[in-house]
Amino acid sequence: MNRSIPILVVAPLVLLAACTDNDTASGSDSIAVTSTDDACRLSTTEAPSGNLVFDVTNDGSEVTEFYLLAEDGLRIIGEVENIGPGLTRQLVVTAGPGTYVTACKPGMVGDGIRAEFTVTDSGAAAPTGEAGALLATATEQYHEFVEHEAEDLLEKTEEFAALYAAGDDDGARALYADARTHWERIEPVAELFGDLDPRLDLREADLAEGEAWTGWHRIEKDLWPPADGYTAATADERAALADQLVADTKELVERVEDLTFTPDQLGNGAKELLDEVATGKVTGEEEAWSHTDLWDFQANVDGARVAFDALAPVVQGKDPELAQMLESRFDDVQAALDQHRKGDGFVLYTDLSPNQVKRLAASVDALAEPLSQLTATVVT
Amino acid sequence: MSAVSRRRFLGLIGAGAATAAVGATAAVAVSRDQADALADAVPFFGSHQAGILTPAQDRLHFAAFDLTTERRDDVIRMLRAWTDAAAAMTAGLEVGEFGATAGPYDAPPQDTGEALGLPPSGLTVTIGFGRSLFTDSSGGDRFGLAGHLPAGLIELPTFPGDTLDPARTGGDIYVQACANDPQVAVHAVRNLARLGFGTATVRWSQLGFGRTSSTSAAQATPRNLFGFKDGTANVKAEDPDANTSVWVQPADGPQWMVGGTFGVARRIRMTIETWDRTSLREQEAIFGRTKVDGAPLSGGDEFTEPDFGAMGRDDVPLIAMDSHMRLAHPSRHGGVRMLRRGYNYTDGSDGLGRLDAGLFFLAYQRDVRTSFLPVQQMLARSDTLNEYIRHTGSAVFAVPPGVAEGGYIGQALFEA
Repeated sequence: MNRSIPILVVAPLVLLAACTDNDTASGSDSIAVTSTDDACRLSTTEAPSGNLVFDVTNDGSEVTEFYLLAEDGLRIIGEVENIGPGLTRQLVVTAGPGTYVTACKPGMVGDGIRAEFTVTDSGAAAPTGEAGALLATATEQYHEFVEHEAEDLLEKTEEFAALYAAGDDDGARALYADARTHWERIEPVAELFGDLDPRLDLREADLAEGEAWTGWHRIEKDLWPPADGYTAATADERAALADQLVADTKELVERVEDLTFTPDQLGNGAKELLDEVATGKVTGEEEAWSHTDLWDFQANVDGARVAFDALAPVVQGKDPELAQMLESRFDDVQAALDQHRKGDGFVLYTDLSPNQVKRLAASVDALAEPLSQLTATVVT
Repeated sequence: MSAVSRRRFLGLIGAGAATAAVGATAAVAVSRDQADALADAVPFFGSHQAGILTPAQDRLHFAAFDLTTERRDDVIRMLRAWTDAAAAMTAGLEVGEFGATAGPYDAPPQDTGEALGLPPSGLTVTIGFGRSLFTDSSGGDRFGLAGHLPAGLIELPTFPGDTLDPARTGGDIYVQACANDPQVAVHAVRNLARLGFGTATVRWSQLGFGRTSSTSAAQATPRNLFGFKDGTANVKAEDPDANTSVWVQPADGPQWMVGGTFGVARRIRMTIETWDRTSLREQEAIFGRTKVDGAPLSGGDEFTEPDFGAMGRDDVPLIAMDSHMRLAHPSRHGGVRMLRRGYNYTDGSDGLGRLDAGLFFLAYQRDVRTSFLPVQQMLARSDTLNEYIRHTGSAVFAVPPGVAEGGYIGQALFEA
């Protein structure tokens, strides 16, 4: 788990925003926008269709925003927000021919300072009008998946907690990796809740001195205790840990129901799942006692794949090459994982040779790199 | 390059010659251009050790030593030899009576020789003492120094997320060698290690390249391996409070530490591959600064004071609550500041196709308990940067004050 809360939780749907640099390839063709407290100046009010790059500089004294709106002045094509005084940010957006409206919004209030903007036909491919509808479908699909997984997680967690509390160690051990699969599939979502995540998934190494340790990994250590220097949990302690695990998971399920997702959350969530694999699972750090890291690995990849599959129609329309590469790299990772299957699950992490670990790490890196382009591709 | 070329240093008693050479170099330094200034010598003797407030050089070789002797006199003898050798090397001279090439033909040269012909290159050699020099792990007095253990020379607690490697943590005596030429820095540690054989062995050492801090207002803020300017609010030599932030004051005690400082070293591995896949939006949000020029996200330029109250859309703070800058900023810690002097490092790769790279964090302060400790406690708990870093090595050490010519580093302690 990570202690951090991914920032996507506070970011509504926004477009690729970046600082300007005159050395960047887009520099010479970019449209300079200067936002002051009472003006919104653009270096041009006309541009050829395709990728438009706006370099938005805040020369005013208040925080400002910049919007590119459809002709109706309502539908947002692209926006860049939270530009502090003196700062410059980039807005990259793909626009077809037509009439648009630009708006600077110093102070982030009102309709902003608006002007008409024309995009001429350059012959470049324009985004299909379906993108918005496809994205809406994608986020709905993903929400359903998350809800479903959270419910499965609760069911398995209740079963696991009961076995553990009753002292059925073999039963609990057999269910541990399976139950956690449902957690690991939606891990970036769980991490949105900065209080629940540490209670449920904190690793011993991440504990602060004097901090109470609860959750999956606390129980894991009790079920797979180190050879020496460990005092087993008492029956009362077991009951308390089991109750807490179930209560926290219930709360997670309740909170997940109220969530709404944005496309950038899907894209970033997929990328974060692969980061989780790269830093925690492929190194064997996540399941320090049970060594069931490959179950988590598979679950993280599952979660990322679902997010990608939901977004795939959009990616297909905007960047077919990326879509195809992601498809094949997902398949490669799955093939690499499948080599280590055993029964219903996998071999233990400690059974892997260094070369096998290295091959897994390489397949994860090969997928993670193009996957990190997913968000920018779907929201631009 | 330099008016002072490396030449033989005649005898350990000849520290005066080194000082004279230093003086001459300093006198002409002002008339040279900046490239030559990087080659110049930094005075070794003085009331404070060099290498702290000295404008940060570009390269580092840091070494932790374990004492293998049980005799106090051996330790004193080694510190004397180190002091003499450091005075010579920082002046651009060779170690020993005969140096690298002039000794008996059938004997190994006294100086290892790889710095022959190189200018002083701003070399500083800074020596510090670990807690284990004073007491062993069961509290026993190793060298009759236990009574002089400074209260501030603490053992750091375990911070959340620490993955410290015992082979990169701790030590009895530390040497920080900094120079603008890596060969000169490595030469310094190599020759001190050689002088230490029989008394001390190298426990671990770390090479650093690319300073990540500026310790003078005349230096531009450099970038760490995340590509960000970090430590902009760092203590600079020119700051009015530099002396009281860094040097132990008479009222602080113990007496032998007055004019000294406390150092903290942390080897911070960065998972740079996952960082490189992170959107610029998230990267900037994590640091709380822009990547292009290090301006706070509340606006302005690099040196504009951050406005932590500035709100963006939906009343979300422009500088995130868990951003690195907000959590580490002196305003969150009673205004206490430390002098940061870290270096980037890359130690090959980790066998999984990823660079073993990161920041070798070095900070100097008057009291670790009120500066590094509370800052790191807050960062370890809340900093979003933790997702991309791991602390893999650690050291805390007392840097005694400097000495005048004829003295040796640590003399005040051993004579206290």
